[in-house]
Amino acid sequence: MTTDTTYILLQQYWWFIISLLGALLVFLLFVQGGQTLIYSLGKTEDKRKILVNALGRKWEFTFTTLVTFGGAFFASFPLFYSTSFGGAYWVWMAILFCFVLQAVSYEFRTKPNNVLGKKTFEIFLFLNGLLGTILLGTAVGTFFNGAEFTVNKMNITDPSNPVISQWQTNFYGLEAVLNFHNVALGLTVFFLARVLANLYFINSIDDEVIVPKARKSLLINTIPFLVFFLFFVIKLLIKDGFAVNEGTGEIFLEKFKYLHNLIEMPLILMLFLFGVVGVLMGLALTLIKNSTKGIWYSGAGTILTVLALFLIAGLNNTAYYPSNFDLQSSLTIFNSSSSKFTLTVMSVVSLMIPFVVAYIWYTWKSINNTKLTAKELDEDDSLHVY
Amino acid sequence: MIEHIDLSLINWSRAQFALTAMYHWLFVPLTLGLAFIVAIMETIYVRTGDVEWKKITKFWMILFGINFAIGVSTGIILEFEFGTNWSNYSWFVGDIFGAPLAIEGIMAFFMESTFIAVMFFGWNKVSKKFHLLSSWLTAFGANLSALWILVANGWMQYPVGMQFNPDTARNEMMNFWDVIFSPIGINKFLHTITSAYVLSAIFVVGISAWFLIRKRHILFSKRSIIVASVFGLVSSLYLVWSGDGSAYQVAQKQPMKLAAMEGLYNGQKSAGIIVFGVLNPEKEYTNDEEPHLFKMEIPKLLSFLGYRNADAFVPGIKDIIEGGYEYLDENGKKQSAISTDEKIERGKIALASLAKYKEAKDAGNDSLKIAHRKTLEENFQYFGYGFLNDPKSIVPNIPLVFYSFHIMVALAFWFILIFVLALYFVYKDQIVTKKWFLRLAFLTIPLAYIAQQCGWIVAEVGRQPWVIQDIMPTVAAVSQIDTRAVQITFFLFLIVFTGLLIAEISIMSKQIKTGPKDS
Repeated sequence: MTTDTTYILLQQYWWFIISLLGALLVFLLFVQGGQTLIYSLGKTEDKRKILVNALGRKWEFTFTTLVTFGGAFFASFPLFYSTSFGGAYWVWMAILFCFVLQAVSYEFRTKPNNVLGKKTFEIFLFLNGLLGTILLGTAVGTFFNGAEFTVNKMNITDPSNPVISQWQTNFYGLEAVLNFHNVALGLTVFFLARVLANLYFINSIDDEVIVPKARKSLLINTIPFLVFFLFFVIKLLIKDGFAVNEGTGEIFLEKFKYLHNLIEMPLILMLFLFGVVGVLMGLALTLIKNSTKGIWYSGAGTILTVLALFLIAGLNNTAYYPSNFDLQSSLTIFNSSSSKFTLTVMSVVSLMIPFVVAYIWYTWKSINNTKLTAKELDEDDSLHVY
Repeated sequence: MIEHIDLSLINWSRAQFALTAMYHWLFVPLTLGLAFIVAIMETIYVRTGDVEWKKITKFWMILFGINFAIGVSTGIILEFEFGTNWSNYSWFVGDIFGAPLAIEGIMAFFMESTFIAVMFFGWNKVSKKFHLLSSWLTAFGANLSALWILVANGWMQYPVGMQFNPDTARNEMMNFWDVIFSPIGINKFLHTITSAYVLSAIFVVGISAWFLIRKRHILFSKRSIIVASVFGLVSSLYLVWSGDGSAYQVAQKQPMKLAAMEGLYNGQKSAGIIVFGVLNPEKEYTNDEEPHLFKMEIPKLLSFLGYRNADAFVPGIKDIIEGGYEYLDENGKKQSAISTDEKIERGKIALASLAKYKEAKDAGNDSLKIAHRKTLEENFQYFGYGFLNDPKSIVPNIPLVFYSFHIMVALAFWFILIFVLALYFVYKDQIVTKKWFLRLAFLTIPLAYIAQQCGWIVAEVGRQPWVIQDIMPTVAAVSQIDTRAVQITFFLFLIVFTGLLIAEISIMSKQIKTGPKDS
């Protein structure tokens, strides 16, 4: 392991950026959650049109965040990119297929002569919402439960099989579903996405049929969300974790590692607790006080909670992508990162992020300052309607 | 588990990347160019206040939106395929290649996706000027995203600004500016985006011509043709200039690609460029058959374009494999080219030195470590050759590269002719009556797409077997997955992307038939 403190700081900074992007992505998956609710909340064509258009104004942000998350992971921790994507082939391909289908569905769905028919594109949206969330959550579950791979950088010297990262099962990632803890995270993300989608609809749509239905749906989805979330978190805090020996870089199992991480990093513990409280507050305000602002609390809470979970996966000498097949092949932020120079260059570029966030915020305030109504969709000829 | 990487895995992985990249590139050029054409049209609307220009802007914007969605859809897979199918590549050069990809996400994708929303949802919600600014920013965002990925591609054609680190077994970036401002990367970017502008201009001229044939939307069509033709003509002229720059750089850095582009087996002084030719299918670099069954060539032009000297020697495939010819290196010093056999031998020395370096390091033997590192560095420029066994494996698919190159060049000049004629007929106010020209302009639309695909075939097939020129061949870059898995995903992509393409063409056709609406 390096002793260069600047390099270590850069590695930690980039793990923070990756964690933040991951957290933003999970929040923005409300679009996917909403896509699974189109038929349950929209019983008529008119209502479905409102729901699709409410989501359609946000889908690109989720998509772009996913792409940026991938690009940033590639740039900052390329060994993860090569190991996980190149090994857990089926899981990532399934996720990508879901997003390929989503990207055209909004634009093509109601266009005349779209060949596949409106319903097909709605099914695409549903599949993206269902599988995209569950599979992403399950894949991230392996950050805590490990996967079946080996890494040997010197394989590159063997011309007959120079592959550095090798997967050790023939299921190429699908075996992750055999661990219920992974699946529980997938289901948590799925129900969280639906919860956030209901909160988003309540906040952004002005419709006397949809909003009451969304409130009811919020309650229905909150229960499984909390069950799976609690199961995931409790199991996480009591399980053995994958620790790294600071001096030698050796990976070993440590009891209650993730609980220790929270205790040893009180700032992250506070992020986690604030996050959980934020999510619950958003739910309580909406369910009890009939507020429409719940999305802001639950959304911010989601970002903080997920950020904290990502941070305890990689910081405090923890292997963020453990190998169950060969413990010493596990990936840490130290052995899988880009060089100091590259991380420095990208850190300079990352200073633009606040500027990017600012113009996104300003732009959306400019065009999205009123609630969406059926009247607006029907009467404003200048509007682009999905 | 796979014990050895076999050829079928490499071929299927290549096929999948080629399939997804070619589908993606069916849609991207129109996005890149149409975004600017729409922004120009909207600028005229804002400056003149003429609502006809608003109608024109909105019509092309609808087509832009449809095309944009499928471009996004097909694009996501490419980013992740570097990991899923080319995992060794991802580690070996991720330190350099990943950075432009991340910057692309932060700087370009968000700009594009934010301001496109204003373009489509903001007509009555923001001021005219802010809307116009958003249209321009969408266009710049789209083109900025092309910058980063094409710079990364340019780096793969000619890797600069990096050093191999034997401790991490990868290449690491040493100079960001060398990577970003690599002449090959910048030229590739400019050549590619201007080709996209030409395609978009041909698309607008062709669709407008279709309206004129049907005697519909006369003013709309004439104005669209003027904007597109001027935009297309300026872009075409730059395209030819940057094409010359590309060919010059290929001659310097990728001589095998140049030889394949011309079907040049035996090197020549004062080599001519082939204007039209038919390859001899019996020709191998080892036999004495004539390379072409028929050819028309311009004397000395290949030497002049490739080396800025009409009498320069242009090495052929045989010369590059067997070596022995003289060339000028980067410092302008005369060098004798070594054979591919020798390069393979030196590549294998580099690989062995890396393994021995690691053993010495683990054993704590510093002097041996330094010695092996020195040997590795001396031979690193041929590192990729160490994975090859047969010198013939450095020869790309000659017919594919040769015909693609000549079709691309011929079409580029055809497009210039179309733009010039369109402007001439508009100037003479005869465009409506020139039915033959209008039909020709409409039929040119698919040719623009063919030219685009040919360009990428030349660039990518022409540099085979290299993923990174001379340093990493495809055999060393591929992921270790079951060939059947790649076959399945290949056909899934084929089915899904073909289905989406059909849907897009159908939707576009319907929108075009419906025509512009009064705003």
